[in-house]
Amino acid sequence: MTGLAFLIPVALLMGLTGLAAFFWSLRNGQFEDLDGAAARILIDDEELPVETKGERG
Amino acid sequence: MASAPPLTQSESIETTTLVVPGMHCASCMGKVERALGALPGVQSARVNLTARQVNVAHDAALGVPDLVGALVAIGFPSQPRVEDLAPPPSAVKPLLAPLAVAGFACMNVMLLSVSIWSGAEGSTRDLFHLLSAAIGIPAILYAGRVFFASAWGALKHGRTNMDVPISIGVILATGLSLYETLNHGAEAWFDGTLMLLLFLLAGRVLDAMMRDRARAGVDALLRQAAPGAMVVAKGAIDWVPARDLLPGMVMRVASGERLAADGEIVSGASRFDRSLLTGESAAVPVAQGDAVHAGMLNMDAPVDVRVTAAGSDTTLAEIARTMEAAGQHRSAYVRIADRASRLYAPAVHTLAALTFVGWMVAGAGAYESLKIAIAVLIITCPCALGLAVPVAQVVAAGALMRRGIMVKDGSAMERMARIDRALLDKTGTLTLGRPTPDPQALDALPAQAAQVALALASHSRHPLSRALVEALGARGVTAAELTQVEEVAGQGVHALWHGGPVALRRPDGATAGTNGSMASALDIEGMPVRLILFADRLRPDANQALGWMRAMGVEPSILSGDAMGAVAEVARATHMTAQGHASPSDKLEAIQRLQGAGHHVLMAGDGLNDGPALAAAHASIAPGTASDVGRQAADFVFLSDSLLAIPRAMATSRATMRVVRQNFVLAIGYNVLAVPMAMAGLVTPLIAAVAMSTSSLIVIGNSLRLAMAAREPKA
Repeated sequence: MTGLAFLIPVALLMGLTGLAAFFWSLRNGQFEDLDGAAARILIDDEELPVETKGERG
Repeated sequence: MASAPPLTQSESIETTTLVVPGMHCASCMGKVERALGALPGVQSARVNLTARQVNVAHDAALGVPDLVGALVAIGFPSQPRVEDLAPPPSAVKPLLAPLAVAGFACMNVMLLSVSIWSGAEGSTRDLFHLLSAAIGIPAILYAGRVFFASAWGALKHGRTNMDVPISIGVILATGLSLYETLNHGAEAWFDGTLMLLLFLLAGRVLDAMMRDRARAGVDALLRQAAPGAMVVAKGAIDWVPARDLLPGMVMRVASGERLAADGEIVSGASRFDRSLLTGESAAVPVAQGDAVHAGMLNMDAPVDVRVTAAGSDTTLAEIARTMEAAGQHRSAYVRIADRASRLYAPAVHTLAALTFVGWMVAGAGAYESLKIAIAVLIITCPCALGLAVPVAQVVAAGALMRRGIMVKDGSAMERMARIDRALLDKTGTLTLGRPTPDPQALDALPAQAAQVALALASHSRHPLSRALVEALGARGVTAAELTQVEEVAGQGVHALWHGGPVALRRPDGATAGTNGSMASALDIEGMPVRLILFADRLRPDANQALGWMRAMGVEPSILSGDAMGAVAEVARATHMTAQGHASPSDKLEAIQRLQGAGHHVLMAGDGLNDGPALAAAHASIAPGTASDVGRQAADFVFLSDSLLAIPRAMATSRATMRVVRQNFVLAIGYNVLAVPMAMAGLVTPLIAAVAMSTSSLIVIGNSLRLAMAAREPKA
């Protein structure tokens, strides 16, 4: 039974972490363009530097 | 502009959103982002593929025309987004957070429930029930808002919908579970309630996703068509959007441009394609003093047109008014899920009430009877029923979308499935709606002449030249090297090739095409002048598509506004009956006549003149090249050149409705088994959880079969 006292909070905490991560991604706009996200992985890496040059500038 | 001082740079950054309807894949995204990123002054360019848009952050000094020009250079026409046509808010996003909360709570409560089902007793069970309540109640309140709000809205107006029995079931089950928990009872239903919310929300998200996706595609097309005109005022030429055009303004209309308002030619002479307005395939010659109408396409030389009517006075607005009246009957259509829920809610509540009364009469206490009645409500909650329609429609719409057919909403497929009669417009629907060169004339061209023709044509924006470029390009012809290229508007393109003059020009009077067909003359020094005839041709595989329609028991016929002769020719080639020379109101009448005879009519058309007919028919489909009116009025829009899209949409819709009906049988079949058990008081939370998830999974599995539905039938 002492195992439960330890395991249940751990399980809940892990679940809540996942939920919090989902809410963060929702606010962060990661669900704005699902089709684009799916296609973006197919763009070749060496072509990218031009496109991202100003993002952190 | 790239050398702007760093201090002022951050102040002069602007964000522009361009709509790029042509983007559809990863390489398009890459090309668009790289082309814009390579411009000096562009800070970042980020594509949103779902909305077919690109957001560009750039120096204010860099104008929108530069951005549009950069995209045109790589083959992507685009338009700045018009603010009043901003995309409507997504229907999916507000549902994602409730879905996530329901999923999280459902999984954790289920974990605790499994221990209870495996035999946890006494204080352990009480602790687990309390924990379930602590997780479950806030989650139910949060995730259930979607249903509570909708049910309350319906009840306030004295109506009922699917959300009313759901809300009542959820609230009663939660109340009962809380009561049991606080009184050390043996059974709590938090797991079942949360699972119910999870499955129902999943169904809603799928439904919303489909609407969002279809709308994004159609919106991109509509926004692209935002019309306008170059207006000449005091020697300067400015672009004015159509809604700001006023009578008296003078528009300069280049060849290949569509008129944005009704008007009168003040200078120049040209030929206009009126097919969008009247369905006529032959271009009509116009000269000074002639009246022209919004939607007509200039085929030849640039002309100046004085606006005589704009906005609500145009022919276009007249057609829009007819359409509004014609479309009312369609908005009265009730979706199959709503029809089911009308029967469902009273049935469920009657059963629960009967159970309560029955057990009271049988001598069980009020508390015991109430408990069993609530179990009936939970077990009958329309879990699988809520998934039955949206899952099937989303899977089928996805399959159609991969084939280039966009579905505007779910009810479109329901209406399409019942079609037994099809009326097709000729120009632009049965035919491609644009001139294509005679293949025999191209076959007869020597290789070198073809190369010269391609090179000459590529220097012109004239519709015939562009058609020639496309046709020769498709044949793998490469362009010859030319020097001193010069285009004379309305006359043709002249250049030097190996030192000798060559030209692609309008034919001389004597050799010009007869009976309205169009032609270009290819003039190469030392070779005879070759005439290339252009005509509007049938779509490829038109006859195959019509055969497929007939095989499905749908009789197609032609309903065109074109002259009888041109219609008869196509009718002979496709073995269809035809009605020619039909005005927009004739088309509307023809559809209403068939509807009056008990037929379910499909209208396929593209023009403004088809608008009222598209709105009045039971279901309608338009090609992506259609006028914006046509695209707006149609339920389906197909982007490919192939006419097979029409029977494919029909066959897929029918398959979808078959699966929806099977899903209903599966979902109701489950209730037939489970309800007697629940009424007998035999259902435990464990049985409820297993039954609910099994029936939902079966319905989802059955719907996934539709992923293959958009294929051609096996020959």
